Amino acid sequence: MAAQEVQPSETIAKLKSESEALKTKLEEERAKLHDVELHQVAEKVDPLGQFVMKTRRTLKGHGNKVLCMDWCKDKRRIVSSSQDGKVIVWDAFTTNKEHAVTMPCTWVMACAYAPSGCAVACGGLDNKCSVYPLSLDKNENLAAKKKSVAMHTNYLSACSFTNSDMQILTSSGDGTCALWDVESGQLLQSFHGHAADVLCLDLAPSETGNTFVSGGCDKKANVWDMRSGQCIQSFETHESDINSVRYYPSGDAFASGSDDATCRLYDLRADREVAIYSKESIIFGASSVDFSLSGRLLFGGYNDYTINVWDVLKGTRVSILFGHENRVSTLRVSPDGTAFCSGSWDHTLRVWA
Amino acid sequence: MTIKFIRDHGQHYRPRMACLAKVEAMVLEMQDSKSGVKSSEQKLNITSIPHVVTGQDILAWIANHMKVDAQEAQTIGTMLVAYGFIYPLQDHKKLILKPDVSLYRFQTPYFWPVQKWKADNTDYAIYLAKRNIRKKGTLDVYEQEYYKNLHKWLNHKWDFIVMQAKEQYRAGKERNKADRVVFDCQERAYWIVHRPPPRTHSAMDYGVDRLIDPNAEENKTFDYYRRIIIFTQQAIMRSKVKSTVSLGAILKHMTTYKDHDPFLAPCLPSNPWQTDDSSYWDLNMRNVEIPTKMRVERWSFSFFELLNDPRGRTDFKVFLKKEFSGENLAFWEAAEEMKWGTASSISEKAQTIFKTFLAPGAPRWINIDGRTMGLTVKGLEHPHRYVLDAAQTHIFMLMKKDTFYRYLKSPVYKDIQKKALSPAPHNFTPSQLEQNAQNRKPGINPIIIWQQEEEERAKAAAAAGPIDIKKLMASKLDRK
Repeated sequence: MAAQEVQPSETIAKLKSESEALKTKLEEERAKLHDVELHQVAEKVDPLGQFVMKTRRTLKGHGNKVLCMDWCKDKRRIVSSSQDGKVIVWDAFTTNKEHAVTMPCTWVMACAYAPSGCAVACGGLDNKCSVYPLSLDKNENLAAKKKSVAMHTNYLSACSFTNSDMQILTSSGDGTCALWDVESGQLLQSFHGHAADVLCLDLAPSETGNTFVSGGCDKKANVWDMRSGQCIQSFETHESDINSVRYYPSGDAFASGSDDATCRLYDLRADREVAIYSKESIIFGASSVDFSLSGRLLFGGYNDYTINVWDVLKGTRVSILFGHENRVSTLRVSPDGTAFCSGSWDHTLRVWA
Repeated sequence: MTIKFIRDHGQHYRPRMACLAKVEAMVLEMQDSKSGVKSSEQKLNITSIPHVVTGQDILAWIANHMKVDAQEAQTIGTMLVAYGFIYPLQDHKKLILKPDVSLYRFQTPYFWPVQKWKADNTDYAIYLAKRNIRKKGTLDVYEQEYYKNLHKWLNHKWDFIVMQAKEQYRAGKERNKADRVVFDCQERAYWIVHRPPPRTHSAMDYGVDRLIDPNAEENKTFDYYRRIIIFTQQAIMRSKVKSTVSLGAILKHMTTYKDHDPFLAPCLPSNPWQTDDSSYWDLNMRNVEIPTKMRVERWSFSFFELLNDPRGRTDFKVFLKKEFSGENLAFWEAAEEMKWGTASSISEKAQTIFKTFLAPGAPRWINIDGRTMGLTVKGLEHPHRYVLDAAQTHIFMLMKKDTFYRYLKSPVYKDIQKKALSPAPHNFTPSQLEQNAQNRKPGINPIIIWQQEEEERAKAAAAAGPIDIKKLMASKLDRK
């Protein structure tokens, strides 16, 4: 480091001014294409009616904070993980618990259901992501067939299967994301670029190609090319950590939920932020967001124990849902859009419709 | 609840709490003598405590000031208590705001939660020791647990802790009674928030520490700026579209899917979560004979929707069979399987795909332009996961721009549209709904469905494989 500083600071200053100039140029280019605002486009659209969303199921069984959940493609089963190391697979429709696994670590912050419905992946403070194949035999010990896939150097914050059971995408507190081959545990691609812990990720809906978005404690949301490992787009408009990112159903945009109490919508094709979903009375961070099937509604779980429902087009809040008795930590809409499930630090999961 | 993790992962930084600034501003306003919450002096046991407010007054102020209804005011109020900015005088272990005449006080700024400073274990030990000195046996069970553990962890400075505790106790005795009672309440409230008793929800129970200091500035060296320069240059060169175009596309998606969104339009016959009747799922199963009208309509929205729905893909294959052009879709499916498959199977699959689709004279030869074919065949000499990307994209675009539209106009599609079901909406009486709730059907385990599909796939693969002439001739010779 000292040797480099002998190259006096004027060269660093030159680079700095060059980067500033380029950033200004980028803003100019963006501004040229910025010919309409979202709320203008929204003017011609009818406002939404009143919503009656109620808790239809309450899943009780975790002994501690629920940290993460994911739906199965069959639209009714879910997997959830909690602070005490338990991972439970439920048939949310009947509220029956189908499988339970005890992880060797606490704080299982990430879990995902495999596309085939035959396995679940989870991880947390053990710095790993492990895949457990599920079995039809209720008495079988799932931990026996466990496969350790991902290895990070710090906690696992999120994981997701790609289009098949054979690959897993993970994000970690060590600031990186990685793509792994499940069968061999081989690292296929790693993604470096975040300056701090990465907290969340989401895969783009297949048609738009092999990309995914990640959000981190450095207030940035980065879009990555899975094939090359390059960061292809980056957005830094949030004022605090980004806790959750989710693609818009068509893949042309994504939403983020942050500790600064706002949710924002980013347009990928125009390369800019197009909407901020916030209110003076919403002071506490959003932990988890997801879109309804058409993308018109954005559901956000917040740290003040509530769920706010936003009209994505008009930017207004259409509904606020109460019921949880502690922070809402995770929220996902079911694969066919008929309901969404929220998991909370009050040890329960609720399905709303 | 554990004081120390056995394994130090290097995570030492608290997550950012961006709300603190806003909450502090709000709490200061609430204490304004003119426009804040009205306070009074209250008698508690034998002492008189100043500046006490009631829960309902706090809620009324919040509702008025933030222009929200009672429930939302309750939410905000509870968070103020959960963070320790307001503390209850009665029932002090429950950190919620009660909408009645329950008494609360504003916490002194000295005890406010601060991003940088953690509530230190040493301070907690001093506090517990002080309470022990004052009167033995007043510690709760959970506090005794903590005390025992702290004695173990902080054994090396225990003398210092006891000395500090005695000093604070002595200093406390010199204060007048009213001040002492107030300070004790404040201190107790602080520790309830930072070391919550079991079953108490405190907002300072924030979860896991972060690895990297969120407030640390990234070291601005050459590399840092060079990275930014390269990235910004690429960003400038990347093609962007006008907002009218991209926002228009977003709006179009919403409008197209409006009637298919169960939150915006009723799903027929009924939403299983609302009526406990799973007919909606039964009618939309993977390989149902006759699909519903809504499902068939959805196939026409985009080629991606058609392919994504297994029933749609099956119908598309029926059409392709009639056109004798099934090889395009077969190639695309094989390429997908290779791309998303295990790393070890790539070279084998690449070989099969080459022999079946790309080799000159292959049984299911696909028609792609010379350049792409050349690139692909060359790439297959050293196959990797994405070697077929170019060819796959070409074929996908071909199907999307031509075959898909012909399918939508074809008799196959028109036929299925006519046959498609339009289920009537359910109209359950309350007693029927109760019945449904008792008899929720368990549904088929996805593992069983997966096994069935694997069998079907194996059969299809065997049927579609190239015919082995030698075997055929051998069997014919056998018969002779």
